[in-house]
Amino acid sequence: MVSRRNPTPSGKGAPPRGGLLQRKEALFALLLILPAFVFIGIIIFYPMALSLYLSLFQVDLTRKGAGTPFVGLANYIDIFKSSYFWSSIGRTAYFTAVSIALEMVLGLFVALLLNEKFRGRGALRSLLLLPWALPITVDAIMWKWIFNANYGAFNAFLTQLGLIDKYQPWLTRPWSAMHCVIVADVWKVTPLVALLLLAGLQTIPRELYEAAYVDGAGWFRILWKITIPLLGPTMTVVLVLRTLDAFRVFDIVYVMTQGGPANATKVISFLTYQEAFKFLHFSKGAALSYIITLIVALFAYLYTQTMKRHIEY
Amino acid sequence: MRRKSMASVVIGLVVFTLSGIALGKVEISGLFMKQAGYQESDIRAMTEEFLKIRPDIDVKLSFVAYEELHDKIVVAAASGVGTYDVILLDCIWPAEFAEAGWLLDVTERLPEEERADIFPEVLSSVTYKGRLYGMPWLNDWEYFFYNKKMLEDVGAQPPTYWTEVMDISKKLKENGIVEYPIIDAWGQGEAVVIQWLQYVYAMGGTLFDEAGNPVMNQGKPLEALEFMVRYMNEGLFNPACIESFYEEVRRVFSAGQAAFGLNWTYMYNLANDPQESQIAGNAVIAVIPGFPDGRRSATCNGGMGLSILASSAHPDEAWEYVRYLASKEVQKKYSQNALPIWKSLYDDPELIAQQPELIKVAKEQIHYIFDRPQVPWYSQFSTILSEELQAALTGAKTPKQAMDDAVTRTKEVMERYGK
Repeated sequence: MVSRRNPTPSGKGAPPRGGLLQRKEALFALLLILPAFVFIGIIIFYPMALSLYLSLFQVDLTRKGAGTPFVGLANYIDIFKSSYFWSSIGRTAYFTAVSIALEMVLGLFVALLLNEKFRGRGALRSLLLLPWALPITVDAIMWKWIFNANYGAFNAFLTQLGLIDKYQPWLTRPWSAMHCVIVADVWKVTPLVALLLLAGLQTIPRELYEAAYVDGAGWFRILWKITIPLLGPTMTVVLVLRTLDAFRVFDIVYVMTQGGPANATKVISFLTYQEAFKFLHFSKGAALSYIITLIVALFAYLYTQTMKRHIEY
Repeated sequence: MRRKSMASVVIGLVVFTLSGIALGKVEISGLFMKQAGYQESDIRAMTEEFLKIRPDIDVKLSFVAYEELHDKIVVAAASGVGTYDVILLDCIWPAEFAEAGWLLDVTERLPEEERADIFPEVLSSVTYKGRLYGMPWLNDWEYFFYNKKMLEDVGAQPPTYWTEVMDISKKLKENGIVEYPIIDAWGQGEAVVIQWLQYVYAMGGTLFDEAGNPVMNQGKPLEALEFMVRYMNEGLFNPACIESFYEEVRRVFSAGQAAFGLNWTYMYNLANDPQESQIAGNAVIAVIPGFPDGRRSATCNGGMGLSILASSAHPDEAWEYVRYLASKEVQKKYSQNALPIWKSLYDDPELIAQQPELIKVAKEQIHYIFDRPQVPWYSQFSTILSEELQAALTGAKTPKQAMDDAVTRTKEVMERYGK
């Protein structure tokens, strides 16, 4: 391909050595991408292969005498038999579903708003990015304080509105703690979703709206019949990205709740972290991360399949 | 030209290597934490002073949060390439790390007469199966704190037993002086386990029977959990205890939102610092209360030591550095953030003048120190306990159910370790 774009001079008198030159060029190109390839190999493929290998053995650092025997799929079977695994998968699925649903709905409305012409739109668009620009740990610490039972802003807000008469310990109740974590995630990620959807909105031709308007379609009908269907591909991309991300959620949980109270927010990544780094069961940790990878890959596959159908729209 | 540049590179390399040899500096690296106890600036200053005495050594320092310390050490030690020579070792890790073969056995390196001058409770934080795996360094355990002004408001005397604490708390609550009189760190993780153990040991209980079987689901351990649940439901313990770690305890106590609190040494000076606290001057440090039918008090050993990783290329230099940091002179000089490990210093007039109240209480509290179980599977045990304790505290399970489950799960772990 490279050689085709740079054809060797074919005028009279040109040396008949084009083939060699082409090969040289190809070799040069290979040489140029070699460092990147080596680095990716070291950074991604080697650890991936190693952890697959580890997941088939029993590597328990706290039991040195036990050695590292080959155990086949025993680590995976152990995990699938554990009720703690399934409940944390359930929690992760709940977190993923609820936070993505909220992010999509909120993101769509914000995108629609910012797609309108009004004064200060540019400033608002950049302001919107603020939560997204914040490091995730900062976001988590901030929300942990907002929900604090003794001096949290959320409690102050609700008390001033007269909705509660006493400060509530939101992060100490299993049900509400999970939703506090979801809020922290939604607050941070909605801007990104809105921005991606806004980009999608701008590709929809104005004429379609004008035609619909002339035909007497209302705001909701236009949204439902034109905007959302034409935004389909963008939404699918966002959905894929967000599912991959949300299913692996770790930082927010680590900072806000440490998986508590009573495991109510112990998502699958936190369980994996605990197995590998707290208990030093490296093989089980590796097996768990492979399971997460498989689940996430499955989601990605399903979404791309539906996306293919969408594009024919 | 090409040859010329090659030559200069070679010369450069040779000069670089030779200069290294000529200077002959041995480089060691240390991993510390950024938290309670000695502050980063203290450790940097101590190291500077050491380097003045030993110019042939160079020390590289790293600091991480306590929560990251364990994982950092694990990764460095498991890779075995000598990333760190000296690490800060928490008293719950010797069993785990020693079993993994990561720590240098320093039993022979510490002279007998020096060992005799260190509190045995402190030595135990770096000991596993009778061997010494580090030099004790950070001497810390928990204390009881109360707000003097609030107690005066209801005419109460400082309490000795938890029963008295509860009586005073009821009075404080009824009189509207404070909504939730007691704050404690029951957040999911190590904190809730430590605090529960304190009640268990104060009641005179133990977690394992004589045959080594876990028996948390009966007797004192169960009673201790029931005690926590009951008084939280009555609103004497702050319901926010469940989400609190030690920093939250300090903030609530320092904001005057609690009359009583349990915390490590570091809260004492901070709660009386007007910059950090709204109750400066009213925070009193005392011995942790006990139970009339149990022990007078119980406090958890939170000591930390300095260990040398087995992968270290310079164990001798590392040991000298460790010995310097733990020496009497250094420990005395930096006593404002952690008390010394040396018994003889507690009668030193200069030290007493620096920390009169603290030394007085410390000398009494040390008699009631307990160790957390020293087993290589402690991390898992602690996780199980924290999950089940929280299940009971949040009302997801009854205390009995939670402790029954804790016993079942502990037995599974013990089986894996062939105990």
